Amino acid sequence: MLGQLIVSSLVVGSIYALLALAMSITYKASEVPNFAQGEMAMISTFMAFVMLSSYGLPFYAAMLITVVFAFVLGLLLEFLFLRRAKMPTPLNLIVITIGFQLMLYGFAGWKWGSDQRQINLPFSESKVIFQNDIFALTELNLATLIIAVVVLVVIYLLIQRTKLGLAMKACQQNINASRMNGISANRIMAITFGISSVVGAMAGILVAPILTLDPSMMWDPLLKGFAAAVLGGMKSLHGVVIGGLLLGLVENLFGFYISIEFKSVVAFAIIVLILYFKPSGLFDKHYVRKV
Amino acid sequence: MRNLKTDYFEDLQLFKDGLQLFWSAVLLLLLFALPFFVKTYYLTIINLMAVNVVVALGLNLLVGNTGQISLGHAGFVAIGAYTTVLLLKAGVPFIFALTASGLVTGLFGVLLGIPSLKLEGPYLAIATLAFGLAVTTVIGRMDFLGGRMGMNVPKISLGWTGLKYDQSLYYVIIIITILAVIATRNLLKSRIGRAFQAIRDSDIAASAIGINLTKYKLYSFGISAFFAGIAGSLWALYLGFINPTLFSFILSINFLVIIVLGGLGSITGSVMGAIVLTYLNLQLEDVVEIPILGDALLRFSELFMTATGVSNVSWFLTGFILILVVLFEPLGLYGLWLRTKIYWKRWPF
Repeated sequence: MLGQLIVSSLVVGSIYALLALAMSITYKASEVPNFAQGEMAMISTFMAFVMLSSYGLPFYAAMLITVVFAFVLGLLLEFLFLRRAKMPTPLNLIVITIGFQLMLYGFAGWKWGSDQRQINLPFSESKVIFQNDIFALTELNLATLIIAVVVLVVIYLLIQRTKLGLAMKACQQNINASRMNGISANRIMAITFGISSVVGAMAGILVAPILTLDPSMMWDPLLKGFAAAVLGGMKSLHGVVIGGLLLGLVENLFGFYISIEFKSVVAFAIIVLILYFKPSGLFDKHYVRKV
Repeated sequence: MRNLKTDYFEDLQLFKDGLQLFWSAVLLLLLFALPFFVKTYYLTIINLMAVNVVVALGLNLLVGNTGQISLGHAGFVAIGAYTTVLLLKAGVPFIFALTASGLVTGLFGVLLGIPSLKLEGPYLAIATLAFGLAVTTVIGRMDFLGGRMGMNVPKISLGWTGLKYDQSLYYVIIIITILAVIATRNLLKSRIGRAFQAIRDSDIAASAIGINLTKYKLYSFGISAFFAGIAGSLWALYLGFINPTLFSFILSINFLVIIVLGGLGSITGSVMGAIVLTYLNLQLEDVVEIPILGDALLRFSELFMTATGVSNVSWFLTGFILILVVLFEPLGLYGLWLRTKIYWKRWPF
């Protein structure tokens, strides 16, 4: 049983890890926790649903369109709203993302109603693909793990091995110095939001078959993703991934052995406790500002 | 007209001059005469606005004046509401139940404040959010708190006023709201209020000039929660029925929207934000009822959207207004009011 629990925690945890990574990428660049992340993922998932069900496109074409759509959505958030704020405080930017979240939520409810829908992915959640006496793995579980690993590797390569990643890191460290060195910081910022939106959309699509597709489906996963990012340390990319996996593990083990109702609360309580001893998460250095 | 203050006690004065005193008296008179002129329906709306004003005052102390974000204020309101209901059921008079709710909630505020002392930004946001979630989950599990089903709130005895229940409830709520406004105003002019603002502007500089960060941050959490508790108590009376789902994460966001819309760090802002947003929420709930616009919207929805989801327009518009406010008027409605006032004051120029 423990083996099965650990496997399913890994699956849930990798979804949390994707969301946490999405939050962390934009947080590193702009110091803003993007509360619209979940709704952006939700809208992108609806886009995939429309492409698959209404237009009957093959899975790969639908995915491609969804990725492009998610990227543009992220660009729009930065270009239309965040960039326009003059001399913003972090709280102002947070409120802008909350406003964008409400807009997207309202739009989705308006466009698609609050009916619960089922998204048809080519991998089912009931068909068992692999089984031994320790654990069983369904198609969806396997697809989740594979997609999560692929996305993580792609993001890692993007940041560590490409010119774009170098520019992103430069902007995160010192935006004025990078401007002086000829990096178009505004464009890099917009692209960062686009990338983060794509990562979030992947998580949304993977979550949709487990939950049902409706405008409020991402609330809970987003809070967990955010919590996972905080647990790992918002600014450390490998930290947030580990944070996501840990959160999934804690939640599932507690939910199975002690109480399923309190599993979210305990997960959050543990995070608050950890933050008390490590105020910047597990894997991030805590910088004390000096005068 | 004199604009500069020459005396320290001038700053403490509740009313700047006779004119302000006059208009405040007119406003008070109007508020007290209201129940005899308007229908009960409008009284309930004003009650809801007043309750939101009290929460907004407290939240603004924490967010606007001390600079600490909170995404869990619905949790404090819930604690206040449940404490009141429990005490009322035990037969405690309302005035004591109200005070006790405020104090108990304030204590929870200090308790939440302790782990939050070192945190800032998203870390603080997650800690407060976790608190809000924990409160509703725990309440939903407790049988003596009514669990998920909720509880009825006993009516308090207001017969001795000789008025109808709704009218006397209005007076109770409005008097407490006015007291809350005055208390906040006086607090902000005191040593504590100035310490809050110093912490917001620069915590390092504040501690360098001898402000005890731990103490004043805890004060801020405690007082903010105290107000939320009082508001929760009033809310329970106003609704007559409470259950845990009322105090969701959305409610916390709603409170945050109120103070941002009204103006961070300003009492006038809290009041204006609460009044405007409460009204807006109620109006937008049945957006189709608006005369010409509603029809057009319904037609548009049938063509391009879904007619069943048309009420979701309210979310969309709230979000859009919120973004517009932050982009174009970061001080919110209070900033708008300030600019209009200054414009007319030096009009020809």
